[in-house]
Amino acid sequence: MIGGAAALYLLMNGRIMGASGILGGLVDGTGRDAMVERLAFLFGAMAVPPLLVPLYDRVDTQITSNAVVIIAAGLLVGVGTRLANGCTSGHGVCGISRLAPRGLASTALYLLGGAVAVLVFRHMLGVI
Amino acid sequence: MAQRFMGVADARDVVAFVAGSIFGSGLLVSGMIDTKKVQGWLDFFGDWDPTLAFVLGGAVLPMFFVWRFAERRGKAFLGAPIPDRTPPKLDRNLVVGSLMFGAGWGLAGLCPGPALASFALGGWGGALFFLAMVSGMVAAPAVRDRLLTRRPA
Repeated sequence: MIGGAAALYLLMNGRIMGASGILGGLVDGTGRDAMVERLAFLFGAMAVPPLLVPLYDRVDTQITSNAVVIIAAGLLVGVGTRLANGCTSGHGVCGISRLAPRGLASTALYLLGGAVAVLVFRHMLGVI
Repeated sequence: MAQRFMGVADARDVVAFVAGSIFGSGLLVSGMIDTKKVQGWLDFFGDWDPTLAFVLGGAVLPMFFVWRFAERRGKAFLGAPIPDRTPPKLDRNLVVGSLMFGAGWGLAGLCPGPALASFALGGWGGALFFLAMVSGMVAAPAVRDRLLTRRPA
């Protein structure tokens, strides 16, 4: 489904489906040219998944209740994806499949960052 | 340009809505919005759960062929050009940004797509993460300027 959505967005609109780029361009004002297109994508991604919840026994994001961890993580993800110009969907799905060197490098680096974070904060400090 | 639906949206916007809906639903169905599952995938040094690799692989594989088709065609079906390749330059922004993003992803188990898809499902924690992420995105240009003005180490 994720690949299908990326294919649709690329083949019809000529756009790379990257969640951080679509949202980031909207909130920092760099993406004024395609405001409605961005909003339409975000509205679909935010409003439609909850409609599927009744099909499942249990939908739980299991997010931590530690507010400090949540805020720190959110800031890191927000700043990091905009500096790197992509996230799991843009660099990961769309970049790797194009064999784009930047997408491959970014994916290797954010997997490394994630692995180190889990190692340190779960296994060494026991915070998450 | 194109015909407008209900006065505001054209065909591109309708496609964007459909793509966003499929994307968000796929993230829900595949377990990408389950923060503990994501952290299990990133737990290479502990109890590693490889199943999410199949989600990435399942998206990358069809997209590999879609890219080849799209680049040969040069144009999307609604007329826009297929985006050029970015020059393969590994700059400091890409390296630092990717590492920061990864650290945040590991900490909370959410990346931007799932943060969108689970916004209405993740309770106050999901909403707080989303707010912090958007704040980070707004602050990013200032951080980028600071990174660029610092001399290379």
